[in-house]
Amino acid sequence: MSGNLQLLTDTLARAEREGRAALISYLPAGFPTVDDGITSVLATLDAGADVVEVGLPHSDPVLDGPVIQTADDIALRGGVRIADVLRTVREAHAATGKPVLVMSYWNPVSRYGVERFARELAEAGGAGCVLPDLPVAESAQWRHHAAEHGLATVFVVAPSSTDAQLAETVATGTGFVYASALMGVTGARAAVDEAAAVLVRRLRAITDLPVCVGMGVSDAAQAAHVAGFADGVIVGSALVATLLDAGGGEAALAELTAELAAGVRAG
Amino acid sequence: MEHDFFFPAAPGSLPGADGYFGAFGGRFVPQALVAAVDQVAEEYERAKADPAFIAAFEELLAHYVGRPSALTEVPRFAGHAGGARVFLKREDLNHTGSHKVNNALGQALLARRMGKTRVIAETGAGSHGVATATACALTGLSCTVYMGETDMRRQAVNVARMELLGAEVVPVTSGSRTLKDAINETFRDWVARTHDTHYLFGTVAGPHPFPAMIRDFQRVIGVEARRQLLERTGRLPDAAIACVGGGSNAIGLFHAFLDDPVRLVGCEAAGHGVQSGEHAASLTAGEPGVLHGSRSYVLQDDEGQIAEAWSISAGLDYPGVGPEHAHLHSCGRAEYRPVTDDEAMHAFRLLATTEGIVPAIESAHALAGALQVGAELGPDGLVLVNLSGRGDKDLDTASAHFGLAGAR
Repeated sequence: MSGNLQLLTDTLARAEREGRAALISYLPAGFPTVDDGITSVLATLDAGADVVEVGLPHSDPVLDGPVIQTADDIALRGGVRIADVLRTVREAHAATGKPVLVMSYWNPVSRYGVERFARELAEAGGAGCVLPDLPVAESAQWRHHAAEHGLATVFVVAPSSTDAQLAETVATGTGFVYASALMGVTGARAAVDEAAAVLVRRLRAITDLPVCVGMGVSDAAQAAHVAGFADGVIVGSALVATLLDAGGGEAALAELTAELAAGVRAG
Repeated sequence: MEHDFFFPAAPGSLPGADGYFGAFGGRFVPQALVAAVDQVAEEYERAKADPAFIAAFEELLAHYVGRPSALTEVPRFAGHAGGARVFLKREDLNHTGSHKVNNALGQALLARRMGKTRVIAETGAGSHGVATATACALTGLSCTVYMGETDMRRQAVNVARMELLGAEVVPVTSGSRTLKDAINETFRDWVARTHDTHYLFGTVAGPHPFPAMIRDFQRVIGVEARRQLLERTGRLPDAAIACVGGGSNAIGLFHAFLDDPVRLVGCEAAGHGVQSGEHAASLTAGEPGVLHGSRSYVLQDDEGQIAEAWSISAGLDYPGVGPEHAHLHSCGRAEYRPVTDDEAMHAFRLLATTEGIVPAIESAHALAGALQVGAELGPDGLVLVNLSGRGDKDLDTASAHFGLAGAR
C-alpha cells in the first residue's frame, strides 16, 4: 500500500487555491495516554487543522523546548510504543481523510528498521515524515524507502542554512519544506522573527514546493502574520501547552486550533 | 613541521571527508546546526596547518599545562598486578588536573579564530567544565557550562571551581540529570546562538568534525607516552589501557599505538555489573544507534529510546561512546572490558595506599583493568595506563564509599 504523499500535496494545493495558508498541528502520540492522544489529534483536525504531525516521543528530544520535552516524557513513562504511534496515524487518517505526518528523531526510526518503518507508516495511511535531526547528507536510505512507499520526506531548514544547503534540501525533499521561523528549539515565542519571512523568500526563489513555517507560532495573530508569506503554518508547543496547563484540556485545545484556523484565513 | 605537542593524525587517517570511521560517525544534526558544524570543520582544517595556531597551542601546552606530563612507574601497585611492570601516564598532573585541558585549550583558540565570543560546554564529572572555564578565563571568552543536577551534587568541588573561574554553571533537570542530558541542553543552547557561540564539546563523540578534532588535540598523550616508555624501557608496552566514557583520553592514548603490536584496552564503566542493567558499558552491552550527532554504540531499548546509564563515576556515566571506539571495537583492533564500581574503587584505594597517588574515579577504572591485564601477562608484562585525572573532585564520593571519617 502506498503512503499519502499525494494527499499531502493536494491538501496544500487546495489551501493555496482557497487563497489561504494551511494549518498544520503537532501533537505527540501517547500523550497523556495513547487513546487520549488520538482524541486530541482528532480534535485539532476537526477544529480546522488541515494536516497533523504526530510526534514519536523520544528520550532525548534535542530540538524541543520544555513543553514538548514534558509531553514526550509523560508519553514515554506511560509506555508509548511505535505501534501506538502508528495506530494514532491510522485512526487519525481513517477518521478524517486528512494527511498525517510523523515527526521523529532519527534513532527510533533507524533502530526500528528504516524499511519496516516506512512500510508500516504507509500501511497506516501516513503521508510522510519530518526527521529534524536527519540532514540531507545522511538521508539517502530513508529517502529511498520513503519514495518506494509514497511518503513525503520533509526537511527542516533554518535561517542559518546557506544557499547551497537550501538548494540541496529543496532538490531532495518532498511534500513541503519546513522553514524554522527562528534559530532555536520548539516553543512559543512572543513574536515571530523577521528571519522567517526572509527564509521563505529565499526558498521561493529556488523551489515550487510549498513552504510551511513553524517554531514559535502560538496564537491567531502570529498565524495570520505567517500566513501572509507562507503556504502553511505549523503549531506544536502552544497546542501541547493547552493540554499541560491546569484548567486546559480538550476544549482549550479545540478552541486554540479554531482560532489558529481562523488566523491562517486572515493572513 | 616538527611539532612538540600537537600531533594531528596523518593525512589519510580516518575519518573520511564524510566523518565516518567505517560504519560509525557521520553528522546527525539539525539543519540549523549544519552551517555551524561546517564552520568548525573548515576552521580546524585551516588551523591545524597554520604555524601561528600551532605555536600558540604548543606554547600553552608547554608553559600553562606543563607538558610533557610525567610517566611514572608504580612498582608497589604493580605487585598486585601479577608482577607486570606498570607505568602511568600522568595526565592528572596537568594544570586543572586532567587530560581535558588539552582539548579545551585547542578549541578555545579555535573559537577565538572563528570570532566567537561565547563558549558553551557540557560536563559530567566537572573535569571538562573546569578545563573549559579555565581556557575561557585565559582567552577572554564568556563561558556557560551545563551540568546535570545529579552531577552537581556529586562533584560540588568542581562546580565551585568553575564559578570561581568566572563560568556560569547551569543545572540541568531533564531526564537522568547527568551527562547525557547536559549534552542535550548544550545542543539546545547552540541551536539558538550559533552566531556568537562555540560548543566546546568535551569528548570524541558528537557530529563530525568533533570526534576527529578532539582526538587530534588529545593525541599528545599517546605520542608522549610512547616516546617516554621507549626511552625508559627500550620497548613498547604489551598493553595500553584507558578508561572509556565518551573516550577522549583513551583515543588520545591509543592512537599512537594503532600500528604497533600493542593491545589497546578500553575500560568501560560496568556500574553495579553489566547484568544488573545499571551500568554505562555501551560497547559491551549497547547496540549501534545515533546519539548526540553520530552513529556509534548506544545503550538503548528495542525502539531506539536511549537508556539511562549508571556509574559511580560521573565522567563515565554516559550511554554512548565515541564513534572511533565503535570502529576499533567492531574491527577488533581495540578490546573493551567492563569494570564495576567496586573493582574501580578497589583500584582507586590501592593506588592511593601503595603509591601515594589519588586518581580520579574515572581513571581508577583503567587501573582496575591494569590489575586484570597485568595478571594475564605475568611478570614479563609491561603495561601502560593513562591516569587521565586526579581524584581531588572525588573525595566526597570515595569517603562515602569507604565509610571514612571525613565522609559528609
